[in-house]
Amino acid sequence: MKKDGKLYFEIDGKPCYAEEGQSIIDAATENGVFIPSLCHMEGVKPAGSCRICNVKVDGRNMTACTTPVEDGMIVENDIPELTELRKAIVETLFVSGNHHCPTCEKSGNCELQALAYRFQMLVPRFPYKFPEKGVNPRSDQIYHDRNRCILCKRCIRTVTKDGKHVFAYHGRGGEDLHVAIDEELASRLTDEEALEAMENCPVGAILKKERGFEVPIGERKYDHQPIGSEIEN
Amino acid sequence: MERISIDPITRLEGHGKIEIFLNDEGNVDNAYLQIPELRGFEQFSIGRPAEEMPRITNRICGVCPEAHHMAATKALDDLFNVEPSSAVKKLRELFYSAFYVTDHTVHFYALGAPDFVLGPESDPAKRNILGVIHKVGVEIGKQVIECRKRNHEIIQMLGGRGIHPVAGLPGGWSKAMTSEERDQIEEWSRQNVEFGLFSLELFDDVVLGNQEYLDLILSDAFTHETYYMGTVNEDNQANFYDGDIRVVGPDGEELVKYPPSEYPAHVAERVEPWSYLKFPYLKDVGWNGFADGKDSGVYCCTPLSRLNASDGLATPKAQEHFERFYETLGSEKINGRYQPVHHRLATHWARLIELLYSAERMVELVQDPEITSQDVRTVVTNTPDEGVGSVEAPRGTLTHHYKTDGNGILTDVNLIVGTTNNNAPIAMSIKKAAQGLIKNGEVSEGLLNMVEMAFRNYDPCMSCATHSLPGKMPLEVKIYDADGEELETHQQYVD
Repeated sequence: MKKDGKLYFEIDGKPCYAEEGQSIIDAATENGVFIPSLCHMEGVKPAGSCRICNVKVDGRNMTACTTPVEDGMIVENDIPELTELRKAIVETLFVSGNHHCPTCEKSGNCELQALAYRFQMLVPRFPYKFPEKGVNPRSDQIYHDRNRCILCKRCIRTVTKDGKHVFAYHGRGGEDLHVAIDEELASRLTDEEALEAMENCPVGAILKKERGFEVPIGERKYDHQPIGSEIEN
Repeated sequence: MERISIDPITRLEGHGKIEIFLNDEGNVDNAYLQIPELRGFEQFSIGRPAEEMPRITNRICGVCPEAHHMAATKALDDLFNVEPSSAVKKLRELFYSAFYVTDHTVHFYALGAPDFVLGPESDPAKRNILGVIHKVGVEIGKQVIECRKRNHEIIQMLGGRGIHPVAGLPGGWSKAMTSEERDQIEEWSRQNVEFGLFSLELFDDVVLGNQEYLDLILSDAFTHETYYMGTVNEDNQANFYDGDIRVVGPDGEELVKYPPSEYPAHVAERVEPWSYLKFPYLKDVGWNGFADGKDSGVYCCTPLSRLNASDGLATPKAQEHFERFYETLGSEKINGRYQPVHHRLATHWARLIELLYSAERMVELVQDPEITSQDVRTVVTNTPDEGVGSVEAPRGTLTHHYKTDGNGILTDVNLIVGTTNNNAPIAMSIKKAAQGLIKNGEVSEGLLNMVEMAFRNYDPCMSCATHSLPGKMPLEVKIYDADGEELETHQQYVD
């Protein structure tokens, strides 16, 4: 099955090729197939925390970010069952936080919002929880709005240039699991690092202070084309 | 002792109730407009970053989100102690003027005109915008829709969204204008001027040309002598985007002129048990009940008030119509300024003059070389504390007042919206119209509509109800006899 030293596999019947050890999601991207995800980020160890990249591998549900491609693998991705599952996960994320897109700085650049549009979510089928989560504005560089955090752990899995963690999980094992911010360290971030933290966040939980609306609404990443269309061919 | 405070914060939208009480002779003893709705913007915004307010408060209303967006943006300028550049001010005013043109168009043609074009006692089934188009012709209907369309295109172009704009930033505006956009907006602005002139001609033909309507406008039932409030520039000309708040008395004398941030020294609010909506009044005069005259702190801010509170308008054609307005309605000119007009139904006319002014102002602004400046953003580094922002919403002076902690998180929010300012005069107008029109217990649908006309000219935000499908404003009128027994209930569109 291998061709030119690359693994052969299929996604929804499309012939695809992958490097040895490459994850399904990364290989799919290289082969022009979009597998949605909110926690996966290139160059960062996968966490499998959002579950949106669930695909069917030989009939079993697997997270595409943590599963390496095997030669001859048959992957199902764009099928009604998975679309429905992914849409349901997006809906639970909306109801378990406080996501008010009209007032959010990230609107138009937000991956959660973009996926909701892609899955044609009109209104969540689950009841809103309206949790009280709060905002932490106390660092000089970052507004941290826990209302919008979806616990994807992207911020936790990334480090500053000198290897330090600004964000960490807090309250594990209880109802109050949340991402906490090291305020002192966050205050010392350079502008570039703070902007990178904002861009890494798939939603509007991490905002760089003093830089709001650099790109006006209407001219943003997902304002004109749906998420994933930059990958699909 | 446990103290329980119920402090309802209200923005009214959608539902109104008028209660009319008759005496033994079947004449009106009292009449109330009740607003039984409760909204919570002042409360649920607390704890949010102040920068979000232009995008939170523009959701208060689908009719004038631009006004809330602008008042909030200006409050942020003040909160962060940052002065926007002159290019930003011009861009904002251009955007705001386009909003004025479209908003006044809606009120005149869809909400106000049916009473005049078709008649106050005409068939209620036809007394609507479609009835107006049927009467005046499809071509005029098309012009109205075209006017709405092009101005909402401008709002989208400059404000980022066609209905709920998003461009306002502390000290700036998130989107500069391109020269192509400028050219397009100039063309549309000129069309707005033509449309404004056409609308005034139509008002001349349909309303002023009809003695019956003129008598109605001048009748005592629709006349109140109160204080008038409006924003003016340094030459005391009306301005909707920026300036000082000026209040003139029923005799036309200036009572006070103050920067918007000083509003707590001049405006107080009182509560009546029969309405959630507060009743603001002038502190400088004091509350003396729902009464006309110089000793009553009741004031009004509507298009009529803004003209009354100003010495004139800053654009030539609108100024011509301003003068004609006062001359026609018999106002004397004393010390260089016209005496106030007190006929509340003349507010419809004043509204069209404001529409023309806004259109002319758009042409001026869009021709300004600075309008395409790309320097529209300011990086704000000041520590926020407290800020007040004020604009003239089409339906009255709108004030946003925020307090934050040192991190810019809101700790206190006060919003005085246009309609709230007019709450007392609306209540008075309804009572007076009911007393003037309902005699000996005889009530007809046409008479009740004329009572409604008493509040409709204020363009209260209740009109927002028309944005709920199918676009019908629920209204309930109850009539009681002297013993408090309910005699009749008239309802329209009440579920």
